[in-house]
Amino acid sequence: MGIAAQLLVNGLIAGGTYALAAIGYSMVYGALKFINFAHGSIAMVGAYIAFVLFSLGGIPIIPAFLLSMALTALLGVLVERLAYRPLRASPKLASLTTSVAVSFALDASVMMLLGAEIRSFRLPMQRTFQIGPVYLTLVQTVIIACSFAFMFGLYFLLTFTKLGKSIRAIADDLLLAEISGINGNLVIAAVFAIGSALAAAAGVLIGMETNLQPTMGFMITVKAFAAVVLGGLGNVYGAILGGFIIGIVENLGAWYISPVWKDSIAYVILILVLFVRPAGLLGKPEDATVV
Amino acid sequence: MSVLQVDNVVSGYGSMEVLHDLSLAVGQGEIVAMLGPNGAGKTTLLRTIFGVVPPWSGTITYKGEDISGVPPERLVRMGLAYIPQEYNIFASLTVQENLEMGAFIRDDDIHPRIEEIFELFPDIAERRKSRAGELSGGMRQMLAIGRALMLNPELLLMDEISTGLAPFLVDAIFERVKELNDQGVTILLVEQNAPKALQTSDRVYIIEGGEKKAEGNPEAIAADEEIARLYLGRS
Repeated sequence: MGIAAQLLVNGLIAGGTYALAAIGYSMVYGALKFINFAHGSIAMVGAYIAFVLFSLGGIPIIPAFLLSMALTALLGVLVERLAYRPLRASPKLASLTTSVAVSFALDASVMMLLGAEIRSFRLPMQRTFQIGPVYLTLVQTVIIACSFAFMFGLYFLLTFTKLGKSIRAIADDLLLAEISGINGNLVIAAVFAIGSALAAAAGVLIGMETNLQPTMGFMITVKAFAAVVLGGLGNVYGAILGGFIIGIVENLGAWYISPVWKDSIAYVILILVLFVRPAGLLGKPEDATVV
Repeated sequence: MSVLQVDNVVSGYGSMEVLHDLSLAVGQGEIVAMLGPNGAGKTTLLRTIFGVVPPWSGTITYKGEDISGVPPERLVRMGLAYIPQEYNIFASLTVQENLEMGAFIRDDDIHPRIEEIFELFPDIAERRKSRAGELSGGMRQMLAIGRALMLNPELLLMDEISTGLAPFLVDAIFERVKELNDQGVTILLVEQNAPKALQTSDRVYIIEGGEKKAEGNPEAIAADEEIARLYLGRS
């Protein structure tokens, strides 16, 4: 019982970071209807920005974290402006292929600037404490708190603000949104800013819990992509749900089956769910054919 | 003076030319109907006027100002509104959110205007918290019109708003169109329902194959046997 509770909490921790990364995937898919494979690398860059500011620049971790989110938001907007907007009228495959190229370019840039070796934040927050049967580190508590806080903030933004409603409107129908007077380019830029900022948060939190590598973006992409498809493409809440399910199930699976299978479990769940619900858990059936 | 003037417009998609040197005008306070078979280019003309499809050549003027190729966002600020035939509501947003999106460019309090729209269409007022995608066909069209009216447009472009509706709903929708026109809104509409369009409009253009085939007042168009036979599907 104690083990199961511990695995569940570990799953929540991993799932929270996957969900944060998956949100941006889902929002970009909603707005532009393509899978932005560079999103994991954006998260990686976010992690490295925080690392450079904190470990090399001596800036305290909280401002470094927030500054990394802001700068990564800017990077996301820049990538959209330079790489994706010129392709908006082209077939979606062009954007998708470009996003793979952007991903390689970001990975290679970080590798050239900071080297390929594994880095660590070396935070003085690794002491464990006990809540009931569950052991947690301070970093892990921060991860859970941050992921829930950001998700609640996102829910508030999407539900109650004019920007949030316009993000949902362009995801619903970009042409009709523009006909209504919504500036599509501006809202799409906002989507990339928000998605990239949350990806940076995911990257930093993953980096705090484990370590940093220029190739870590690929693993984030793999998990977040599975979360997004599992939850239903284009549905932000589906992406969050998918992230948590994958986090929890892979922790349970690693313990009860074998740790060797940990990273494959996400895809086993994904395939099983898609057999039953091709559009994902919260997806609309008509979106099932686009992948 | 015409509110909207379309002069020698050529337009299309990709390399396919749809409109060939088309000209028409809409006067202040008029209801002008465009009739003609499917694929005639009527929808393409509305999309070209509204900056969704750029004109290849020719000019479009609105109240004396050249608006050829001006993006929709700016046209909305100038007092134009457009109701496309399909996909004219945000299905995943609530009824009220749809109306809010119709007034996106306004930064002041839009709730009084939303209430006015609900007074105009009481049916959708009861469903304000429902997702628009759950509405019936008639209510969807009312919501689509409501969204387009949020900014009190001076010129309204409507594309086949009566398609697929039961006859009593068609009558109700056209009554609203008449009322709007009485309040001073100039209207350019595309319609498949020729009798209804002839009954409602002040002037009619017959469009076929991307060209203007005839124009005139509804009585003259209705009385012309050849037009009726060729373009309005009557024998």
